[in-house]
Amino acid sequence: MEACGSSSVSLREFGCEQSLLSRPDGSASFTQGDTSVLAAVYGPAEVKVSKEIYDRATLEVLIQPKVGLPGVRERSQEQCVRETCEASLLLTLHPRSSLTLILQVIHDAGSLLSCCLNAACMALMDAGLPMSCLFCGVTCAIDTDGQIITDPTAAQEKESRALMTFAVDSKDRKVLMSLTKGSFSVHELQQCIAVSQKASEKIFQFYRDSVRRRYSKTL
Amino acid sequence: MFIIILMAVKVSYLQPSVCQWTAEPLEYHRSFLRENCRPDGRELSEFRTTTLNIGSISTADGSALVKVGNTTVICGIKAELTNPTVEAPGKGYIVPNVDLPPLCSSRFRPGPPGEQAQAASQFIADVIESSEVIQTEDLCIDRGKLCWVLYCDLMCLDYDGNVLDACMIALLAALKNTQLPEVTISTETSTPVVNLEKRHELHIHKHPVGASFCVFDDSILIVDPTAEEESLSTAELTVVTDEKDRLCAVHKPGGTSLSGEKLQECISRATARQREIQKLINKVIHSVKTAQ
Repeated sequence: MEACGSSSVSLREFGCEQSLLSRPDGSASFTQGDTSVLAAVYGPAEVKVSKEIYDRATLEVLIQPKVGLPGVRERSQEQCVRETCEASLLLTLHPRSSLTLILQVIHDAGSLLSCCLNAACMALMDAGLPMSCLFCGVTCAIDTDGQIITDPTAAQEKESRALMTFAVDSKDRKVLMSLTKGSFSVHELQQCIAVSQKASEKIFQFYRDSVRRRYSKTL
Repeated sequence: MFIIILMAVKVSYLQPSVCQWTAEPLEYHRSFLRENCRPDGRELSEFRTTTLNIGSISTADGSALVKVGNTTVICGIKAELTNPTVEAPGKGYIVPNVDLPPLCSSRFRPGPPGEQAQAASQFIADVIESSEVIQTEDLCIDRGKLCWVLYCDLMCLDYDGNVLDACMIALLAALKNTQLPEVTISTETSTPVVNLEKRHELHIHKHPVGASFCVFDDSILIVDPTAEEESLSTAELTVVTDEKDRLCAVHKPGGTSLSGEKLQECISRATARQREIQKLINKVIHSVKTAQ
């Protein structure tokens, strides 16, 4: 656990634990404040003939909500997570095989999609899959006064005028994925992207610290 | 004679063969993009011809048929009376549904809607909510007792890429075409009385229009991709703007990263597209009215 609330960009407290499950090839749990997601990766494994792609691995992402069955909203989030992972994973190194990423929502207290992305990245790292870069998710909310709140809680999300989630890559800090809600001006969008890029530095630093801590223990 | 032969050689060199199109589709597209054009003769920032037909389904309360190149989407709106939800007693609601049947492309199988259809439905629902195209308060008839629910069914008849843009246009045109009958609540029986003779139009507050882009080889940006371009591209992006130049959605479901300048380019192209489409819709509605 590490506190992360200084300077201009304030994020809630992060927490991460890797390889906490025994059966999957890689697993991680990621918490941001009270929001918590458990991720598991299986693969590379044998693929169904109908889903086989001849020159790269097939990635499947499943998001399981805390209660009930996955619906249309989860499907749309799955699409976002899958395409972000596809962009950073070197899938061509494992042709005709399958990768499965399961994200189990433990608790949603705001910024769920960004927490899912962070958990996914940590689990893929734990599975030791070849990647071209890392990625992280950042959620920004614009409140009624026009203030930008990073990593909002569920209550802040509800009060906000606009809500944006970005995935930022570790190589050039560019936007891999963007999903928005509410209306906003071009200037506000650019501000939010700049804030997310700044926040991503902290998240990547946290990734680095938590992986370092883990390996210093095992060695 | 000699000159003609030389020219023929040059032309065949410039135009990659059909053979390459089937064997190496990506290389085929690249050879066109190097010359700043596309296999169908368009420039990189050129949309396909968009045609619009309003009121195509006479039995629906509102309908529109949109063609963007070969991509065809039909939208029908059915209005039903229902009880408002407990959480929002003063509001009606809108239920969009995008259907990608096996008819429109070989990539879709029969059965329950696939991921792409569900993601498209969610995207349309998000845009309706974000842009406030209709104030849901307008759909309320009697607070806590009676309201309208608009079922917006969008069906793709021919899938040739960029289905989200086509859906947005079809939905907006169909909503502008919707005529709701007048409903009064009779004081004696306290049941709703529908007067089908007297109809009124919906009040459209905003005109959100989308513009979709594809990224080729991590750097080249093209607008309005065809199905083939979509499958070969490394990333997709949809920007939705309204008439006041506010952004209603910047939807990029993953793929390779995009720089700030490229994003700005997409936004300015999207605002120009919004003007074009709003003009088109107004023109079609005007021509329908004068014809009556």
